[in-house]
Amino acid sequence: MARIIAGMGTSHVPGLGAAMDNGKTQEAYWQPVFKGLEPLRSWHRDHVPDVTIIVYNDHATAIALDNYATFTLGVAEQFLPADEGWGRRNVPTVQGHPELAWHLVESLVMDEFDLAVSGDLDVDHGLTVPLSIAYDQPEIWPTRVIPLAVNVIQYPQPTSLRCFKLGQAIRRAVDAFPDDITVGIWGTGGLSHQLGGERVGVVNPEFDTQFLDNLVSDPMANTRLTHTDFFREAGCEGIEMIMWNVMRGALNDRVSEAYRFYHIPVSATAYGAIILENP
Amino acid sequence: MERDYDDVPGTYVFDGRRYRMGYHLNMFLMSLNKAECRAEFAEDERAYLAKFPMTEAQQEAVLQRQWLKMLHLGGNVYYAFKLISHDRKPPQVMYGQMAEPNMSFDEFQAMMIAGGRPIDGNRSKKEQANG
Repeated sequence: MARIIAGMGTSHVPGLGAAMDNGKTQEAYWQPVFKGLEPLRSWHRDHVPDVTIIVYNDHATAIALDNYATFTLGVAEQFLPADEGWGRRNVPTVQGHPELAWHLVESLVMDEFDLAVSGDLDVDHGLTVPLSIAYDQPEIWPTRVIPLAVNVIQYPQPTSLRCFKLGQAIRRAVDAFPDDITVGIWGTGGLSHQLGGERVGVVNPEFDTQFLDNLVSDPMANTRLTHTDFFREAGCEGIEMIMWNVMRGALNDRVSEAYRFYHIPVSATAYGAIILENP
Repeated sequence: MERDYDDVPGTYVFDGRRYRMGYHLNMFLMSLNKAECRAEFAEDERAYLAKFPMTEAQQEAVLQRQWLKMLHLGGNVYYAFKLISHDRKPPQVMYGQMAEPNMSFDEFQAMMIAGGRPIDGNRSKKEQANG
């Protein structure tokens, strides 16, 4: 039987990927960030799942206002790093897992989550930067990946609670998958940040810390946050944090926190990462 | 219809109102994902913009790189990224020009390194109006 071994939450700031791609990780600005990622990478070296479900958002790259869905699952054999305006990132092609992906589609739709399905999806920094954060610069990514794109750009985004329930439905689906494989799930984006408007640059460490604490010990508290709570308290783009609720919903009620890292700034964001293990 | 998030200062939630206002502006910005479109835009910006049914004001905002104006006219910052990247400039240049008051790249970077813009005093227009 398939089983979910752990979840990770991480911001997916494009600048982090660019710092790695351009060999800048030892510069004064980036050094503390990559130092903080060392224990996270060490954990990942010891816990590589067969498949990782990466909950991310596309940034007007493959999915945009002409056609978008609230949730889109990638079922392809592989996913190319996207050209999102500055050429494709020079990172390995992402290998999919169509068997589990199609099992998820069937199980989730029967569970009343009506997903969009994509068989041709270039993946942008929202998905490839977390892979770089976890695995640095390998020749091939050590895990297969199922992309799950969430609309966090166009209002109305799905509610915090809906995201959590989707995570619970993913858990039921994975538990019912007959093959004996290990599965990881990542929630990406956030933490507090605002990239547009006169208030650009706002961050809120108190809100972020509470969110991370809740993720560990009181996840339902995070499902009660409204859209306006995020816009107001975590910045307009802070609503990306709802994707961490999908990850959390797929884990056990009680989890153990293996690692946490928080740092301001990465570009215009508060960077956060957390690893939660199913005991 | 008024929304409760309209009370958040200096913030442009990309809702249906902005979607409709900025549809063609954002579709132009998104077209810059394609190398051949970037090349065509670089060749003659005004001629390339004429292919999209944008308003005169939206075209001017693009040509003059008025980032905040683009947001006022329905642009979304994730779409605007495509243009600042095309210009080979870091996003902090765009952030600084949207900030109130305006900031240079260095000033914006310094604000973030010092811990970012504080949330206190920046939550609510009503709260700001009442001091």
